[in-house]
Amino acid sequence: MARRESWFPHLFDTCVWLAPVPIAGLFLWLLGDLVIRGGGAFWPVDTEVTGIRSVIVIAEQIIHFLTASPVRAGRGGGIGPILVSTGLILTVCMFVALPIGLGTAILLSEFLAEQNRFGRLVRRSLDVLAGVPSIVFGLFGNAFFCRFLGLRFSIAAGGLTLACMVLPLLIRSAEEGFRAVPESQRQAAAALGFSRWSTVFRIIIPQASLGIVVGLILGIGRAVAETAALIFTSGYVDRMPRSLGDSGRSLSIHIYDLSMNVPGGNENAYASALVLVVSLVVINVSARKLAASFLHREVSHT
Amino acid sequence: MIAGSVVVVIGAFVVGESIPALTHIGGSRFMTDESWHPAADASFGQFNLLPILIGTVLSSFAAISVAAPLGILSAAFCQFYAPLRVARWYRLMIELMAGVPSVVFGLWGLVVLVPIIARIHPPGQSLFTGIVILTLMILPTVALLSDAALASVPRSYLQGAAALGLSRATTTLSVVIPAARSGLVTAVLLGLVRAIGETMAVVMVCGNVVRVPSGPFDPIRTLTATIALEMGYARGDHRASLFFCGMILLFLVTLLVTTMEIVNRRLRHGTT
Repeated sequence: MARRESWFPHLFDTCVWLAPVPIAGLFLWLLGDLVIRGGGAFWPVDTEVTGIRSVIVIAEQIIHFLTASPVRAGRGGGIGPILVSTGLILTVCMFVALPIGLGTAILLSEFLAEQNRFGRLVRRSLDVLAGVPSIVFGLFGNAFFCRFLGLRFSIAAGGLTLACMVLPLLIRSAEEGFRAVPESQRQAAAALGFSRWSTVFRIIIPQASLGIVVGLILGIGRAVAETAALIFTSGYVDRMPRSLGDSGRSLSIHIYDLSMNVPGGNENAYASALVLVVSLVVINVSARKLAASFLHREVSHT
Repeated sequence: MIAGSVVVVIGAFVVGESIPALTHIGGSRFMTDESWHPAADASFGQFNLLPILIGTVLSSFAAISVAAPLGILSAAFCQFYAPLRVARWYRLMIELMAGVPSVVFGLWGLVVLVPIIARIHPPGQSLFTGIVILTLMILPTVALLSDAALASVPRSYLQGAAALGLSRATTTLSVVIPAARSGLVTAVLLGLVRAIGETMAVVMVCGNVVRVPSGPFDPIRTLTATIALEMGYARGDHRASLFFCGMILLFLVTLLVTTMEIVNRRLRHGTT
C-alpha cells in the first residue's frame, strides 16, 4: 500500500497536467480551421490590392455575402434570405416562449412554495424537457405543428418548435432572477397593500429584468445553433420568405445542406459557419456582460 | 402549467404517432427482422432496429468513457493546478467550445477529420470518427459541470487537507472528488444524454450504414441519424417506426434523468 501511494499521486499529477493539452489542441485546431477557411472566402482574390484598399474589398465581400441571395444551390452568392429566415424563426420563437416562460417562472417562484408538490412536478418535467434530444423536438413539431395544426413546413412551425425547446432554459433563468429579489421587498409591498399581481408587475419583474434578459439571450443562442429540430418543421427552401407561412432555411440548416448535399459547397459552408459562430460569441459575451452587471448591481444594493 | 403540459403533449404525440408501428409491425419485429428496409406498408418492409440501437449505444458510451475522465481531469486542472490566469483563459476557451453548434463540429469532422482517418483506414466516415467528434462535443459540458461541482466543495475541506500535509494529488483524489461526487455524476450523465441525443454531427461523420460494426473503422447509424435521414420521405408505417425511434430516445433520456435524481438523492443522504 505504501509503495502504491508513492507513485500513484505522481501519476495523477501528470495526468492532470497532460489532460488539457489534447483538449486545447483539438479545440484550437477546430477554431483555427474555421477562421482560416471561413475567413478565406472573404479574402481578396486580386493580390495587387494592398493597404486600405484591401480592407475595403474585404468589407465589400462580407457585405455582399451577408445580403446576396444564394446562387447555384449555395455554391456562390450569399446568405441574405437565410439570415432573414433565421431572424423570423427566432422572432416567432421568442414571441411565444417569453410570455409562457415568464408566466411559469412567476408561478414557480411567487405563487408556489419551494417544496410544493405541483412545483416539483413542473420542475421535474422541465429537467426532462431540457434533456430531450432536439431531433425528438423535430419529430414532435412535425407531427403537432406541421400536421395536426396544419402549418405545413413553415417558419411559424419552426419557431414554435424552437419555443418548446428553449422554454426550460428561459424558465430556469427567469426563476433565478425572481428568487434573487429580496424577501423584504415583497413584505414591504404587502404592507403597502399591493395586490399580489401588482407586486409582481411593479416590484418583481423590474428588479429581475436583467435575469430575464440573460435567459432570453441564452435561449436565442440555443435556438440559433439548432439544426435537427428545424429540418422537418421550417424546411429547406432558400428563397426570401414572403410570410410566416412560407418555408425558410435557417443558417445552421444551410451549413448542413451545403456540406452534405452540395458538392463544392464547402467554402460557403465554412463562411456561413464563421458567421454563425461569430454571432453566437457575440450573443454569449453580451449575456455574460449583462449577468456580470446584474451581480454587480446586487452587490451595490446591499 | 403550460411547460408541464408541453412535456405531456410531446410524449403523447411521439407515442401516439408510433402506435401504428407497434400494432402493425409488432415490437418483436424490431429485433428479429432480417434488416432495416422500411416501407410504408408493414408487410413489405424489414424493420430491424437492433444494429441502429447498437450504433447509438456504442458511440455514445465510448464517447462518454473518454470524455468523463478527461473532463474531470480538466476540471481539476482548472480548479487546483493551473495558475489563475491560465485557468481563466482555459475556462473561457471551454465555454466558447460549449457554444459551438453541432453542425459546425460536423462540418469540421467531415472536411478535416474524415480525410485524415480515411488515410489510416478507409472509408473514413466511421464509428471511430463519430466517437472523436462526440467526445469533443460533450467534453465542454462535462468539464464545465465538473468544474462547478469541484468549485462547490467547501473551502474548509481543502484547508483541513492542507493542514494534514496531504499532497495536491491526494487532496484531489481522496478529499475533493468524493465530496463533489454527486455533481460529478450529474456532469457525466448529462454528457451522456447529450451524446445520445446528438444528431447533426453524427449524421455528417458516421457514414450511416445500417450494420452492426465489426471494428472501430466501420460506418454506423444511430437512432437520431435514422430519424434525420428518413423523416423527409417516410410515409405510413415507416413514419410510425421513426416515431418509435423517437420514443426509444425519449425513454432513454427519461431513464437517465431519473437515475441522476436517484443517485443525487442517495449521495446527498450519504454525505450528510
